[in-house]
Amino acid sequence: MGISRRGFLKLAGATTGAALFADFNVAGPVRAYAMELPIKGAKETPTICPYCSVGCGQIAHARDGKLINLEGDPDHPISLGRLCPKGSATYELTVNERRQNKVLYRAPNSPKWEEKDLSWAMDRIAQKYKETRDASFVETDADGNRVNQTRGITWIGSACCDNEETYLFAKLARSTGLVYFEHQARI
Amino acid sequence: MTNHFVDMKNADVIFIMGSNFAENHPVGFHWVLEAVEKNGATLIHVDPRFTRTSSVAHKHIHVRSGSDIAFLGGMINYIIENDLYDKFYVANYTTAALIVSDDYKFEDGLFSGYDDATRGYKNESWQYKTDKEKKALKDPSLQDPRCVFQVLKQHYSRYSLDKVSAITGVSKDDLIYAFKTMGSTGTPDRSGFFAYAMGWTQSSTGVQKIRTGAMIQLLLGNIGLPGGGVNALRGHANVQGATDMAVLYHDLPGYLGMPAPDHKDLATYLDKTTAKAGYWVNKPNFTVSQLKAWFGDAATKANDFGYDWLPKMKGDHSFQQAFVDMNQGKIKGAIFPGQNPAVGGPNTTLMMNALSKLDWLVVKDFFVHETADFWQAPGMDPSKIGTEVFFLPAATVVEKSGSLTNSGRWIQWHFKSIDPPNKDVVSDLDFAIDLGKRLQKLYEGSTAEKDKPVLAMTLNYGDDPDKFPENVLKEINGYAITDIVKDGKVLVKAGEQVPSFVVLKNDGSTACGNWLYSGAFPKEGVNNTARREREKPGEGIGANLKWAFSWPVNRRILYNRTSADLDGRPRSDRKKVIWWDAEAELPDGKKGKWVGVDVPDFKGDLPPGTPKLKDGPFKGIGGNDPFIMNTEGCGRLFAANLKDGPIPEFYEPFESPTENAICPVQNSPVAKVYKTPENILGKADKFPFVLTTYRLTEHHLSGVMSRNLPWLAELMPELFVEISLDLAKELGLANGESCTVETARGKVRAKACVTDRLKPMTINGKKVHQVGMPWHYGFKGIATGDTVNTLVASIGDPNVFIQESKGFLCNVRKGV
Repeated sequence: MGISRRGFLKLAGATTGAALFADFNVAGPVRAYAMELPIKGAKETPTICPYCSVGCGQIAHARDGKLINLEGDPDHPISLGRLCPKGSATYELTVNERRQNKVLYRAPNSPKWEEKDLSWAMDRIAQKYKETRDASFVETDADGNRVNQTRGITWIGSACCDNEETYLFAKLARSTGLVYFEHQARI
Repeated sequence: MTNHFVDMKNADVIFIMGSNFAENHPVGFHWVLEAVEKNGATLIHVDPRFTRTSSVAHKHIHVRSGSDIAFLGGMINYIIENDLYDKFYVANYTTAALIVSDDYKFEDGLFSGYDDATRGYKNESWQYKTDKEKKALKDPSLQDPRCVFQVLKQHYSRYSLDKVSAITGVSKDDLIYAFKTMGSTGTPDRSGFFAYAMGWTQSSTGVQKIRTGAMIQLLLGNIGLPGGGVNALRGHANVQGATDMAVLYHDLPGYLGMPAPDHKDLATYLDKTTAKAGYWVNKPNFTVSQLKAWFGDAATKANDFGYDWLPKMKGDHSFQQAFVDMNQGKIKGAIFPGQNPAVGGPNTTLMMNALSKLDWLVVKDFFVHETADFWQAPGMDPSKIGTEVFFLPAATVVEKSGSLTNSGRWIQWHFKSIDPPNKDVVSDLDFAIDLGKRLQKLYEGSTAEKDKPVLAMTLNYGDDPDKFPENVLKEINGYAITDIVKDGKVLVKAGEQVPSFVVLKNDGSTACGNWLYSGAFPKEGVNNTARREREKPGEGIGANLKWAFSWPVNRRILYNRTSADLDGRPRSDRKKVIWWDAEAELPDGKKGKWVGVDVPDFKGDLPPGTPKLKDGPFKGIGGNDPFIMNTEGCGRLFAANLKDGPIPEFYEPFESPTENAICPVQNSPVAKVYKTPENILGKADKFPFVLTTYRLTEHHLSGVMSRNLPWLAELMPELFVEISLDLAKELGLANGESCTVETARGKVRAKACVTDRLKPMTINGKKVHQVGMPWHYGFKGIATGDTVNTLVASIGDPNVFIQESKGFLCNVRKGV
């Protein structure tokens, strides 16, 4: 018949009438079950597994702005719907009570974290960045060559970030003179 | 990877070495099984441990951790001695025929040009011999004793079966089986590939291990074929992409290379670093376009397009060096998005000591991990640690759009499904743009020369954060600044996306963030990385050319010109990829182009047999030169650009239970031993066992993304050490019993996992035990445990400075 499972599901969703199901020989009770799947009517979004580098396809199901399910994408040419244990657990990466969703700040020598808002933290991080850059900037080396190095800051990461993110990191790091600029590829 | 995951189904021999493919890349591994089941492929696994990869292999070969180059050097010797190499390929598509300089020597374990004082080589003698016109001399018959092939043959003649067996601990029968099987792919109608991971890379000779594998593939004619290649199995979703984007100290996006201090201006930099032949002659176009993408209107011809603003650097600024310098108080601030060095970095004591010297630290992640919480790690006194720490929550993959590049170079778009939980949880892209804009505000009005690039850096990606990723990808792809005109016709209008890097210019008229990704977003509204048209069964060779986008120019098998002969005909019907179609019509009405089942990795209209071109973007490349990025146009069997020799030589790991039996030099004479009090090396009398670290299916690297997930934490809850039945008996250890594993750097507690997956080996006549440990654990999360990187030394491969965390010495004792 040359139709993928997802194609089948889409077709099934778009067409009403028992004749279609009869064609695929799906019995009544199975159909009833399919119609009651918790993901029915959820927004489907194709995404990519964030764990290893195989690049398996995943489908995220969301309803009312909440992630309700995440599973293998059967149309994906590498993974054909399969996921490994980590890939299968990707849902828990997002929906997880251990996730830290507030900005935390630890003052020097303090024994504890404090919650802060992002804007406050970003302001202070930019300040520290500028201070350290200005204090550690080396304009010329011993031979008189212009080197424009910010020697006091390191930026490390990451192979977990998207291409667009890592590209922006490179632009930002080099435009501000960073030389200790690395990620996991070397460890 | 030269090839990609789906292509693995086309292999006849699969040689997995230094990787536990089945457990660390389980879904990719089904393409290996497909080759075994449907293609009749033979699967060989060479590894210190018997793993799930071994369990489905035709043969598992226990090898001593760290002895890889001895094993692979033995394979080269066997392939040459037994005439198993692909003679046509070696003669025509590699550097085998070129004559090596008279000054090149290899004596007493050292290559010519060694300087003991600097522990480094001068590579003047590692060159080809040239005639008066500086043309490289060659002997196509491969008989000249100084041709690359003969030099290679002589070098590896020392790697006899007896010697290799003694060093690696592999029986001669198993060596012969492995060499013969891989050697069976030295014909045009058969192909095989190497799959490797950290088992090769994490070593003081890591780069040369990969290189030896690549040289074998050149000898066997396996580069450029379906089911062939050298295939790195990378550990993170985007190691490939982050490397392409040059989140590495020595590089700029697209492998353009950081300028050095004596590259005083753009002309000097381009003159000194641009190849004189091969496709890299186009580097000036890529460089200037990148500067235009970064600095926009502020980059002008008059100011060298902002070249002067870039940092210029030389020497080691790698991950390990950064922590040594941090430990000495030289680095005050650190930003770690998606990075957990307190577990993932080598020599954990150094990592922790260094972190405590920082003035400020920014961590961005999903969970508070060991690095964020280092100041309250076991044994730390927070009142004595003055570091200001910021934890910024990160958006997960489903909470943002963007692209990830897999190990097979497929750049795949992921679409945003939901918003992050609240406004303070943002993507790393939003963070970088926000930080950049705040810095621009802080530097506003400054006229200092050093602040100009900060103010000039382009950060305008619109007002809608959901559109940022797409807008950044468009910049990475590149666009025309003024009309691109060719032969009086406008190819690309000002402001429009460029179709590919071939139209990029060095005059400031084009902008392109990373030339390699050009073509990923070639037109307004066309995001090729989001394409979802899968190859139909039986339609092609698995290239899936309409699924996502692969760099460069959507090519799926690199160097695929080698699949055709000197007349452009497929060398084999079974392994054909591209071929010359003399009748095919070109847009300009002329006839003849390369066609096939993949995008040609070649100049599309260059007929086979054409002499080397004298000019243009393919300068120095002729119709039969498949390796278009190399100045020679062919695959390098002898390479002057490595720090530790033009030909790989076997050296023992820095901590080894035995003496080097191949040559009188014990360790890599040029590898780096970091000078820091935490870096103590041990000897076999106190630390007799060989330790190798590894990863588990259920955990992800430093564990942040797995030890915090209940499903995964429950599956693999605690740290263990794998010990052979024989060693357990010697130590009086029972399965499940607590024990201590110790190196000269420190110790960790673990449960003994007594197993016959490891076996004692006989190395150079002496019994040697190997033990193995997963390294994912730390003191945070649901599943916790001691951090195994505590045991690892600070040693760096001389080319890339990766640590040696495979094959070092430890002791194991009962109790904690």
